[in-house]
Amino acid sequence: MEIPLTANIGPSKTPPDLKSYEARGGYTALRRGLSEMTPEEVRLAVKDSGLRGRGGAGFPTGDKWSFVPMEDGAPRPKYLVVNADEMEPGTFKDRLLLEGDPHQLIEGTVLSAYAIQAEITYIFLRWEYRLAALRLEHAIAEAYRAGYLGPDILGSGFGLELYLHVSAGRYICGEETGLLNALEGRRANPRSKPPYPQSVGVWGRPTVVNNVETICNIPHIVSHGAEWFRGLSLTGEGGSKLYGVSGRVNRPGCWELPLGTTLGEIVEEHAGGMQHGYRLRGLLPGGASTDFLTSEHFEVPMDFGSVEKAGSRLGTGTIIILDDSVCPVGMVLNLERFFARESCGWCTPCWGGLQLVTATLESIEAGEGRPGDLELLEEHCRLLGPGYTYCALAPGAMEPLQSALKYFRGDFERHINEKQCPWH
Amino acid sequence: MLSDHELKEIEAEASKYGSRAAVCIDALKIVQRFRGWVDDDMVRAVAQHLGMSPDELDSVATFYNLIFRRPAGRHVILVCDSVSCWIMGYGSVRDYLRSRLGIALGETTADGRFTLLPSACLGACDRAPVMMVDEQLYTNLDAESIDDLLASYT
Repeated sequence: MEIPLTANIGPSKTPPDLKSYEARGGYTALRRGLSEMTPEEVRLAVKDSGLRGRGGAGFPTGDKWSFVPMEDGAPRPKYLVVNADEMEPGTFKDRLLLEGDPHQLIEGTVLSAYAIQAEITYIFLRWEYRLAALRLEHAIAEAYRAGYLGPDILGSGFGLELYLHVSAGRYICGEETGLLNALEGRRANPRSKPPYPQSVGVWGRPTVVNNVETICNIPHIVSHGAEWFRGLSLTGEGGSKLYGVSGRVNRPGCWELPLGTTLGEIVEEHAGGMQHGYRLRGLLPGGASTDFLTSEHFEVPMDFGSVEKAGSRLGTGTIIILDDSVCPVGMVLNLERFFARESCGWCTPCWGGLQLVTATLESIEAGEGRPGDLELLEEHCRLLGPGYTYCALAPGAMEPLQSALKYFRGDFERHINEKQCPWH
Repeated sequence: MLSDHELKEIEAEASKYGSRAAVCIDALKIVQRFRGWVDDDMVRAVAQHLGMSPDELDSVATFYNLIFRRPAGRHVILVCDSVSCWIMGYGSVRDYLRSRLGIALGETTADGRFTLLPSACLGACDRAPVMMVDEQLYTNLDAESIDDLLASYT
């Protein structure tokens, strides 16, 4: 099994500095890309690889890049922004890549910028990732000194400035247009789309925003080709994937596995199954804003298409386990409180609806739920769903709620009928 | 008034961006690092320096939860209250911190030593429950480990 993304990362390994990164073959993809491939060929390789964005939405990366204007008269400068604002509850995979192999991210960033002919790049990093910030600053300085960044990289004529932007909090900054507003020094309210960032992005210029894990795949696609990349996966979708598990399992953690590894294998084998005395009741397969699945879905391959068919989303690929010592209503309340707090406050269904949903769940959890509350929640799953808001925060918030009402309906009803939380 | 150190750091950051106002979040963070928090006078000073109105800058300052518009303690505790930590014992960590420090979430101890704030997921869910004190992450928390780590902050 090949693990290109985490080959340099492990509990016993120190993050490679420039010298050791190069000694392990680092920056050969960049040399190859800049000297032997045109930007169009890099774009084509990424499109053919089938790489889908690893930030949660799963949009094909090649398609995302294809909307960037490439003609001579295209507005300049063009920007590439790396979304390192990992804040989806239950998600801790980009931290591994940022702390463990910062040069891999830089190499992927330069190649991606080359592909779309961007002149300026930002890594948009959440403040709390302090160790990642230190290591990135160090690696960026090393890369500048070695001529992998700056004007005329490796004599190719292609130049790139890379800046680290350290943010100041708020989950909504991870939404790509909210992120662009944050980068411009504004409140991070998402923008109305269209226009999409590829044509009108940061400071009105063409901009691509890609997730950390997405970018880290690019050097490997350039080195080994699209066919090799597709072969890493067990299913039709290309690549490996960082999967994670948190909750009451024996070995919580994060592993790089072939895309399409089954849910059951990840939970039972890699995470070591449930801790003694705890039973699995359900799980969120890819972060807080994905629908619950259960152990009945253990055969589902964890790729974008299969998880969608099972009624949820791959999301970030980091699984959160609900065990039987925890109240499902309480868990959903925790999730909705988070989304209500992190709403930017712009769209009425989001800020108003999430407050009402949270208040309703609070009263159910406190044993003060009333008949009709579950119908009210179901109605809001529809009203806060896709189509009513500028961004995906509210629709994402409804995913765990709507599926909890399906899989744990009996638990909700017990709270209302018995006028108390059975777990208290 | 902004100090020379603050001005120098703000100008160094400003060169990264495509507009003058874009540095305002960095500028607020710089001021906060020197002074612990951002008071009204500093909002006015930064706004004037960047050619913004104070209200415009304050609308930005109040959006971001890591910009403090009220005095904060010498050390800031960010305790993760998101779902994985909640499952793994956030409730007891929060309760222990509250009783140990004698303050509620959002408050600062009377001696100005700690401010206790809830935080969105800190991205260390496999080591839950977790919190940060200033720039340091602490994982797999329990009462004993909290006692030990708090003692190292004066």
